[in-house]
This record gives sequence, C-alpha cells and structure tokens, in this order.
Amino acid sequence: MNSIPEARPSRLDVAQDANGVTMRFSGRLDANGIAPLWNNVARTSKRNLSAALTLDLTAVTAIDTAGAAMLLLTERTHGGTVTISGATEAFTAVLDLARPAAVPSPPRAGGPGQSWRAVFTSTLAAGSDAVAAIGEVAMAFLRLPSRARMFRRADLLRITDETGVQAVPLVLLIGGLIGLILAFQSLVPMHRFGADLYVANVVAVGLVRELGPLLTAVVLSGRSASAFAAEIGTMKVNQELDALTTMGVDVTTMLVLPRLLASVLVMPVLTVLMEVAGLLGMTLVLAVNGLPPITVAHEVAYAVVPADFFGGLLKAALFGAAIAAIGCRRGLTTGVGPRAVGLSATSAVVGGIVSAILLDGLMAVLFFRLKL
Amino acid sequence: MESIVTVDQVSQFFGDHEVYSNVSFEVRAGEVFVIIGGSGCGKSTLQRQMIGLLAPTEGRISVLGHDMYGATSDVLTRIGVMFQAGALFGAMTLLENVMLPLEMHTNLPPSARAEIARVKLGLVGLANAAALRPAEISGGMSKRAAIARAMALDPPLLFLDEPSAGLDPTTAAELDQLILDLRKELGITFVVVTHDLASILAIADRCLMLDAGHHGVIAEGDPRQMRDSNTDPVVHAFFHREILPA
Repeated sequence: MNSIPEARPSRLDVAQDANGVTMRFSGRLDANGIAPLWNNVARTSKRNLSAALTLDLTAVTAIDTAGAAMLLLTERTHGGTVTISGATEAFTAVLDLARPAAVPSPPRAGGPGQSWRAVFTSTLAAGSDAVAAIGEVAMAFLRLPSRARMFRRADLLRITDETGVQAVPLVLLIGGLIGLILAFQSLVPMHRFGADLYVANVVAVGLVRELGPLLTAVVLSGRSASAFAAEIGTMKVNQELDALTTMGVDVTTMLVLPRLLASVLVMPVLTVLMEVAGLLGMTLVLAVNGLPPITVAHEVAYAVVPADFFGGLLKAALFGAAIAAIGCRRGLTTGVGPRAVGLSATSAVVGGIVSAILLDGLMAVLFFRLKL
Repeated sequence: MESIVTVDQVSQFFGDHEVYSNVSFEVRAGEVFVIIGGSGCGKSTLQRQMIGLLAPTEGRISVLGHDMYGATSDVLTRIGVMFQAGALFGAMTLLENVMLPLEMHTNLPPSARAEIARVKLGLVGLANAAALRPAEISGGMSKRAAIARAMALDPPLLFLDEPSAGLDPTTAAELDQLILDLRKELGITFVVVTHDLASILAIADRCLMLDAGHHGVIAEGDPRQMRDSNTDPVVHAFFHREILPA
C-alpha cells in the first residue's frame, strides 16, 4: 500500500577542495525536503561563482520536480561549470523532464513612465467612451419610434418599481434622520443668538436646493446603479448580450433606455419624499424646543422660493440620467472572469456619486449666473 | 503492481434515486485508469467520492491507504485534482494559481515557490503564460494550467475530470500526450473520467465502464479489447458510436 512517506530530514553538506565546491545533498529532495535547504543552496552557489560546482546526489533518496527546480536553478544561476553527480537513472529522467521547463522568467513590463502613460491613455479612453455612450443613447432615443418593440414597457415598470417604489422606505428614513440631525446641530449655535426660528430657513433651503437631490442621488447610486451594472454585466459574462446582438436586438434600446427613463422619472419623486421627510424631522426637533409646527411651516414657505424647489427637481432628474447611464455603461463594458461583475458594480456606484457631485457643482454655477 | 486506490462495494443513492451499487475496482500505481460511460451513469459522482467531496452511501473508498471522505490535509496534499472547467482562481495569475498549494502546505520561501511554479507551468508548456490570468487564456491552456496546479506538490496520484471536454482534437491529443509523458517520466498515477473515445484509446491502460441502466459497472479491462471483443450491447454501442435500440 502506498502510504504517506515519513518526513526524512534532508541535508546539505558543503565541501571545498582544489577541484572546486561540492554540495552534497541527502534525504528527500521534494517540496518539503528542499524548503530548509533553498536559501543555503542559493547562498553557497552565489558565494562560489568562480569555482567549479558539483551537486552530489549520491545520498539522495527521492527527487521530484520541486527538487529538480532547485538543482536546475542552481545550475543556471551559477553560470560556471556545474556537474550533477550521483544521480540515478530515475533522478536523471526527472531532471531531463524539468530542464526545458526551467527557463528564466521574462523581464516584467512596466515602470513609472509607462504607468503614467497608461493612466493618460486610460483617462483618454474613458473620456471617449463616455462621449460614445452619450452618442449611443441619443441615437437610441432618436431611433426609438422605429424600434418600439425593443423597448419593453414591462421592463420599464419593473425597473421603476425596483428603482423607485422599493427605495421609498430608505429615502424616508434617511431624509427624516438628516432633517433631525441638521436641525439639532443648527439649533445649538442659533439658540445663543435667540435665532431658533431661522433654523427652519437654513435647513429648508439646504435640503430643497442641495441636500435633497444629492442624498437621493447617493441612494440611487448605491441601490440602482450597482444593480444595473451587475445585471447587465452578468448578462455580458453569460454571452446574453451577444445573443441579443446576433438576434438583431439593439442592446441600448432594450436594456439601457428603460433604466435611464425609469431613473429620470423616479428621481424627482424620491427627492420630494426625501425633502418632505427631512422637513418633518426638522419640525419635530423645533417642536420639542417650543416652536409650533405652524410657525415653522410659515417660515419654510417664506424661505423656500419656487425656483429652489423646481431647480432641485431639475437637478434630481439630471442626476438620475447620469447615474443610470453610468451604471448601464459599466455593465456593458464588464470584462471577463468572476471579478469583473463586482468591479463593474463598484465602479458604477463610485462613478454615479462623483458624477452627481460634479453636476451639482456645475448647476450651482449655472443657477448663480442665471440669478435663480 | 501495488494498488493505490481501492473502491470496495460502493453504492450511491440520492434519496431514492440509485446512481450505482456495489462498484468495486482497484487502481494500480503508475497506470492511467479511465472511468467511462454515457452521460448520467455516475462517473463524476464516483470521482467526487474518490477525491473526498462526497461520502459513499455504502461501501468504502481507500486512496493511498486512507479513507478519503474527511481526509486531513496530509492526505489531500498527496493527490491532485483537475476539475472539468479548470477551476482556476480568476483573481490570480497562472503562476499564483500554481504557487497557492506550495504556499499553503510548504515552508518554501516566496522565490522558491515562484521558481517551482514556473517549472510546473513549463512542464505543461505554459512557461510564457505565467503572468496571465485565467480569463486571458484559452480552454486548452486552462486545462493545462489546472494540471500544473494539481501537480504543484508533486502528488503521486492525479484525478482528471473530462480533460479533453471542449477542446479541439489537436489540443486534446496534446493533453493526452502530456498525461502519458507525466506518467512515464514522473510515475504519476492518473484516474481520468472521460467519454472521449479517442482519448480513452490513447491514454488508458485499463478502463472501467459504468452504465446508468445497469446502475453500476458493466465492463472493466483494456479498452482496446473492450472495443474489439466485448459483446455487451451497451459497451459495443459506446465504442462503435452506435445508437442503442429503444
């Protein structure tokens, strides 16, 4: 019966004479046997580059390809005269088999210059990819009347439900908590100046103009952009996109447009819900501190003008379009292998949040110029 | 020749469904033993039992003198397994894939692990693909890389599941030759599950044929003899690519 062999200690003895250096091995030269010898063998070989080297295997009981790798590396790196002695026929066969395989590893490509070039090239590629994506979506919209069959209304309803209706509890929770926190944190310094009532102005304007659309965009990115990327990415990995293409179905019309439209539709609604929840949270904090809700409501109505509200909704719709487009694009450009879908989902979330913040900045400048 | 795998009166049931019953055979050290049979006969199930992934419902399987189900890592490092799709880790390069068993089970320094892994990849003809990831290589290369990883610890016994499945005839023939070379030069014993007729005739010293209809073994021996002289209609149909009468 072939049972597990006992671990016999392997050993290396080094002897030097007028003819050169002899490395005398004993025991089993397998992966476990060579582990304690490896560094010593490399050191001895390096120290004796000018001397003839003999690798004596007379006392070796077994050798496998791991042992052969060590001997052949020694032979190769020494560079001078290396003789392998005492090898049985079986050992020679293993060494002969491994010799063609034991080749030096090719030099690694790379270096700082190349990596900067790679960053520049990939940034350029990402930019051109974004332009191409916008173009594809625009063309898909233009061609929609002739490709109406590919735009499946059932998909639009399903995605609207997943992206919008199912996000309502989370949006209400976050909105309520943000309103509470903002009101409480503003109340502490404002109270010193007897300006408790103006907390309503600060929180309401902040929520309606900026935080409402932005926080809703973060929720949409986290929940939906990642889902879009993962769903479409998995379809790509499973060659489902190829199947659609070979069936003559336009992938952008069938998969991207419903997600884009659903996101544009749900974002303003979710934003309003976020803002209402935030204002209710603020009202609760102020009510606890002695300000009646009706007074707070009057102050909010005075502070928030229609331009703030509708500007926020416009931003929300734009954020929705950008986040959905990025999520779908990440899915469509998913690579191969098990990590690819995860990477696409991560990149969709990051891209969605960053794009929302950038757009918010641009809109702030635009609104300022338009005196809105 | 000593026996390296002993399968003794093994049966497998999934609920009430009988896959096979009373399967017994031995694999001898240094041979290429091939398990053949039509789809659904239990070839892969039997191999899963031999590599310790599935406990037999009845009977006993001994590999290298040990019960495989629940075997310790000492025993498991003495076998290598190549799964049908390669099962290479996608997040790692081929070199890292082959280094992993060495990292897990030896105290070799990293440079030594890398050098040994490079040799293993060289043995299967992938020396120049060490830095590639599984997603960047072909099906045939994946199989060869999987064999290199299975050989990482130089086990005396390799289990291969459908090594030629999905490969073109030339690549399949190259893989068959690799198996024969490794057997000849390193004395590795192979247990191969396949239904590729050309591969069976090229590599098998002996083979065992399972049949779903008989719930067990219907033939065992030299595949060439089976092809030429076995009169069992299932065996005859298998080797001569004939359709069995309903």
